[in-house]
Amino acid sequence: MRCSGFVTDGGAGVLRCEDLVLRQGAFSLRADVVFARSKVTALIGPSGAGKSTLLAGLAGFLPPASGRVILDDVDVTEAAPGKRPISMLFQDNNLFPHLSVAQNVGLGLRPDLRLSEEEKNHVATALSEVGLAGLDMRKPAALSGGQQSRVALARVLVANRPVVLLDEPFSALGPALKDEMLDLVKSKLVAAGKTVVMITHDPADARRIADMVALVDAGEVHAPVATDVLLNDPPAALRAYLG
Amino acid sequence: MAHSLVPVTPRWPGVAAAALVLVLTLGTLAAVGWRAEWGGGLAPADWAAVRFTLVQALLSALLSVLLAIPVARALARRGFYGRNLLITLLGAPFLLPVIVAVLGLLAIFGRGGLLNDGLVWLGFQPLSIFGLHGVVLAHVFFNLPLAVRFILQGWLSIPAERFRLAASLNAPVGRLLEWPMLRAVVPSTFLVVFLICLTSFAVALTMGGGPRATTVELAIYQAVRFDFDLGRAALLACIQFGLCVLAAALAWRVTGNDPMGAGMDRVVQRWDLSRPVVDYVVILLAALFLLLPLAMILFRGLPAFADMPATVWAAAFRSLYVAIGSAALCVLMALALALRGGVMVSVIGVMPLAASGLVVGTGAFLIVFPFVRPADIALLVTMLVNATLALPFALRSIAPSVAQINESYGRLGLGLDMRGWTWLRWVVLPRLRRPLGFAAGLAAALSMGDLGVIALFAGQGQETLPLAMYRLMGAYRMETAASAALLLVVLSFALFWICDRWGRGRAEM
Amino acid sequence: MKNTTYLPVVAGLALCATSAMADTPVLQVMTYDSFTSEWGPGPAIEAAFEAECACDLQFVGAGDGASLLARLQLEGPRTEADIVLGLDTNLTAAARETGLFAPHGVSADLDLPVAWADADFLPFDWGYFAFVGNVGADAPTSLRALADSDIQIVIQDPRSSTPGLGLLMWVKAAYGDEAATLWADLADNIITVTPGWSEAYGMFLDGQADAVLSYTTSPAYHLIAEEDDSKVAWAFDEGHYMQVEVAGKVAGTDQPELADQFLNFMVSDAFQGVIPTTNWMYPAVIPAAGLPEGFETLMTPETSLLWSPEDAAAIRDAALDEWRTALSQ
Repeated sequence: MRCSGFVTDGGAGVLRCEDLVLRQGAFSLRADVVFARSKVTALIGPSGAGKSTLLAGLAGFLPPASGRVILDDVDVTEAAPGKRPISMLFQDNNLFPHLSVAQNVGLGLRPDLRLSEEEKNHVATALSEVGLAGLDMRKPAALSGGQQSRVALARVLVANRPVVLLDEPFSALGPALKDEMLDLVKSKLVAAGKTVVMITHDPADARRIADMVALVDAGEVHAPVATDVLLNDPPAALRAYLG
Repeated sequence: MAHSLVPVTPRWPGVAAAALVLVLTLGTLAAVGWRAEWGGGLAPADWAAVRFTLVQALLSALLSVLLAIPVARALARRGFYGRNLLITLLGAPFLLPVIVAVLGLLAIFGRGGLLNDGLVWLGFQPLSIFGLHGVVLAHVFFNLPLAVRFILQGWLSIPAERFRLAASLNAPVGRLLEWPMLRAVVPSTFLVVFLICLTSFAVALTMGGGPRATTVELAIYQAVRFDFDLGRAALLACIQFGLCVLAAALAWRVTGNDPMGAGMDRVVQRWDLSRPVVDYVVILLAALFLLLPLAMILFRGLPAFADMPATVWAAAFRSLYVAIGSAALCVLMALALALRGGVMVSVIGVMPLAASGLVVGTGAFLIVFPFVRPADIALLVTMLVNATLALPFALRSIAPSVAQINESYGRLGLGLDMRGWTWLRWVVLPRLRRPLGFAAGLAAALSMGDLGVIALFAGQGQETLPLAMYRLMGAYRMETAASAALLLVVLSFALFWICDRWGRGRAEM
Repeated sequence: MKNTTYLPVVAGLALCATSAMADTPVLQVMTYDSFTSEWGPGPAIEAAFEAECACDLQFVGAGDGASLLARLQLEGPRTEADIVLGLDTNLTAAARETGLFAPHGVSADLDLPVAWADADFLPFDWGYFAFVGNVGADAPTSLRALADSDIQIVIQDPRSSTPGLGLLMWVKAAYGDEAATLWADLADNIITVTPGWSEAYGMFLDGQADAVLSYTTSPAYHLIAEEDDSKVAWAFDEGHYMQVEVAGKVAGTDQPELADQFLNFMVSDAFQGVIPTTNWMYPAVIPAAGLPEGFETLMTPETSLLWSPEDAAAIRDAALDEWRTALSQ
C-alpha cells in the first residue's frame, strides 16, 4: 500500500525510543523505552511533564535533539509524519469541517481522495463499524462530539497503520461517552493488533483499557509497567500526582 | 530533511510572485533612477508636500479606522434582512474611480449638494467642502468600507465557542475577546488605509482646494511631467517607500498576536447583546454616508445611458477582460505568497501600496520600450500592474486564513501525508473560499476602475473604460461620461459581487 | 501593426487589415488622447489623409499635452513617432531642447492673431484661455475685478494641466511683478484646483463653481453640439492669453517625405475644417468655407497675450513659485 519502505499491514508494531531527547524551548525530555507490540500503553504524569511532547516526537512533529525512533527495526527518526506507519489523534481539529464524514475517513486511505469503488466500500464499512452507518454525507458540524470522535477513529481504522497515538482525543467528551470511545478503541484497534500509546490523566482510563502504564515525570519517560502493578503500588512520583 | 510543521507546497510560485512584485515596485523605481540625470535634489516645496501627505494620511486613516470599529461591531452583532447585501454594497465606494467618487461626494457635500441645501433650509451658512477636511472626508469615504470589511472579518473570526465560553463565565466580551481581536486587526487595517492615503494624488488635490494640498505623489507627477526631472521623481518615490517602511514597522510593533483558534464555524450566537437601537443607528448612518453619493452617481448617469456609443461598450469589454485576468493573477500571487509565509512576504505584500503609480508606469515603460512597442503589450502590462497593485488587499484577506489553516490543520494534514496539490485541493482552497472570493472580487473591481498605466501604454483602439470615460469628459461630453462612469460602477460592483458571493456560497463552510 | 491583446473578433479583423496593408508605409503621429478619441479630430483626419497619401496613419495617444512631452523625452531618439502633434508654446522650448525635432519647412498663410515664425513647430489650431460662466450671472470684466469679487471659480493645476499653466502665463503677462498680488487676491475665489481640465469643467457643469478656466471657444460646443446657449466666456480688459497648439517633425523619422506631406496637409482645408467642431479651437488657417455657424457668437478678445516659447520657459518656475506661495496661504 502506501508509506513505501515501511511495513504497514498492521501485523507489526514494536515502537522503540533509543536515547531519545526531545527539546521544546528550555524543556527537555529523555526517553529510552519500548512500547510493546499490540498492547495499549497509557502515558500518565503531571501536566507539563512532557506526555504530549513525547507523542509529537514519536509522530514526527518534533525533530529530536538526539536519539532515534525505531519501529520494527526500521529507523524512522528522519521520516516525515505522513511517511511513518503511525496514526495520531489530537485533542481537537481531528476532522476537516468542510469535508464530509466519508471524505474525512477516506483521507486515511488516500490523501488525494481519489478513492476506488473498493476503497469507498472500505470507508462505508469502517463507518458502520464505529456506528455511523448512513452518516457519510454529513459535515462534522452536524455531528455530536462523540460522533466526531468516531469519525476520526474510523479514519484510523482504514489507515491501518500499526501504531496509533492518542493525545487525549476524547477529553472533551462526558464520562459515559469517553468510556464508550475507550471501549471502541479497545474493541477495534487492539483487536486489530495495533500498538496504542495514549495520554491520560485518569487512572480509571488506564485501568479500563491499558495493558501497561508508563510514568512521565521530571523530564523522563519511565519504562512501561503492567497497569495493575503500577497503579496498585504507585511509586512516589506517581503517588504525588494521583494524590 | 528539515521537519516542516505544515504540509509542504512548491516554493517556486511564491518566489515568482515576489519577484514580479519586486520588479514592478523597486525595479521600476530603479529604471526611473537609472534614466535620471542626477542633480538638484528636493525643493522646500517637496518637503511641504511630505508634511501634508503625512498629516492627511494620518488623519484619514485614524478617522477611517475609528469609524469602522462601531460599524463593524454593529454589523457583526446584528442579523437582519438584507444584511449581506448591505455589507457588499457598503464596500462599493472603495471600488470607485477617483473622479466618479469625487463628483458623487460633491453632489452631497458640495455647493448645491444635499447637505448644504439642508443647512440653508435650516437657516445655516452653507459649508465649503474644500480643504484638509474635504481630503479627509473623501479618503474616509473611500477607505471606510475597506476598514469595516477588515475589522468585520476580525469579528467574525472569533469562534462562536469563545462567545459561549465568555457568556458562561459571565466575562466581559469586550475585554476578553474583542480587545485582543482589535489589537490584532486594527494596526494592520490602519496601515493599509494610511498607505493608500499616502499615495493619494487626485483626491487630495481636488478636495484639498489648492496647492497647499500637494502630496508626494503630486510632487512626483510634477517632477516627471512638468520638470522632466526623473532624479527628483525617483528621490520622492524613495521617500514614499521610506514612509511606508516606517509605518509598516510601527504597525507591526503594536500588533498583538491574534490569539483566536479555529472553531467549528457555527453561526455566531451571542449572549451579551443589549441596546440594539445604537447598533442600528450606526449602521444607518454609515449606509447614508456611503450610499448616498453612490445614488447620486446612479442618478447622474442614467439620462444618457442609452446613448452611449459603441466604443464605450467595446472599452467596457476590454476592461472586463483585463479585470478578470488581473484578478486571477492577483489571487494566484497572493495565494503563492501566503503559502510561503514569513516576514519577507509581509513586506512584499505592502510594497505595492507604497509604490507611486506614475513611477510604476514610467518605469515599466522604460523597461519595455527598448524591446517592444509599448502599445503592443498595453493590456498585458495593465493586467500585471493592476494585479500587483491589488495584491496587498488580496494578501491581507488570504494570508491570515492560510496561517489559521496551517495552525489548526497543519499537523492533521502532515499526519495524513497530504502534500502539494492534494493539500491545496482538499484543505486550503475549500477553506479559503471566502477570502479568495473577496480578494478576487476586490482585485477585479480595482482593476476595472484603474486608469494607471493604461494611459501611458494604450495605443489606438485599446482604451479601457476609465480611459474612455476620461476621453468623453475631455471632449465636453460630461453626460455621456457620467453614464460611462455608471457603467463602470455597475460592472466593478457586479464583478465584486459575483466573486464575493461565490466565496460566501456554502453556508456550512 | 501587431495588436496581440485585441479581443478575438477584433484580432481577426486586424489580421485581415495587416495583410492588406503589408507594404503600405506607416506614419506615426504622437498626440494627446482627446485628439485621437472618437469625438476628437483624429478619425476624420486619419480618413482624409489616408485617402491622399497611400499610407497608414497611426495615432499614438499619450495622455494630455504635458504628458506628451514627457513621453517623448522618455522615448528619446529611439522614438518611432514621425510627427509630434499637440504641444503648445509653453512646452516648445523644452521640446526644442531635446534636439529631437527637425525644421518643418512649411510656409503657410496662418490666420493667427500673432505673428508666427518658428522654424521647428507649425501651429494647427489655437484658442484663448477664458473663464466660462453661466449667462445671466455676474460677469467680471477683468482678472482684477474677478479677484475683488466673491465669485467662485475652479482652475486647473499648472503642474499637471496645460490650461492651468496657461493661466499662470496669463497672469504673469498681464500683471508682471504684480502677479503675486493678483494671485493672493484670487486665492479666496478659487474653490479648488483640479489635476486636469476635465475634472474642473465637470465640476463647473455640476454647479460646484460659478466659472471655470477654459477657452473662449467652449460655449461653441454647448451651442453647436447641444443647442445650449447658457454658457458664456468672460471678456477681460487685460487681454487673453493664447494657446497655440503646434506639431513638429521628428528629426529621426524614417518617413521624412510622408511627414512633410502630413505637415502640409495639416494646414490644408481637409485638416483645418475638422478642427473647430472636434477640437473646439480656432483653426490655424481658416478654411475656404469659413468657420462653422455659431463661432461668430463667440467673444473675441481685444488684446492677445502670448509669451515667446523662450520667455515662457524662462519665467515658468518663478511664476509657479508665486502661484504656489499665494495659494498656500
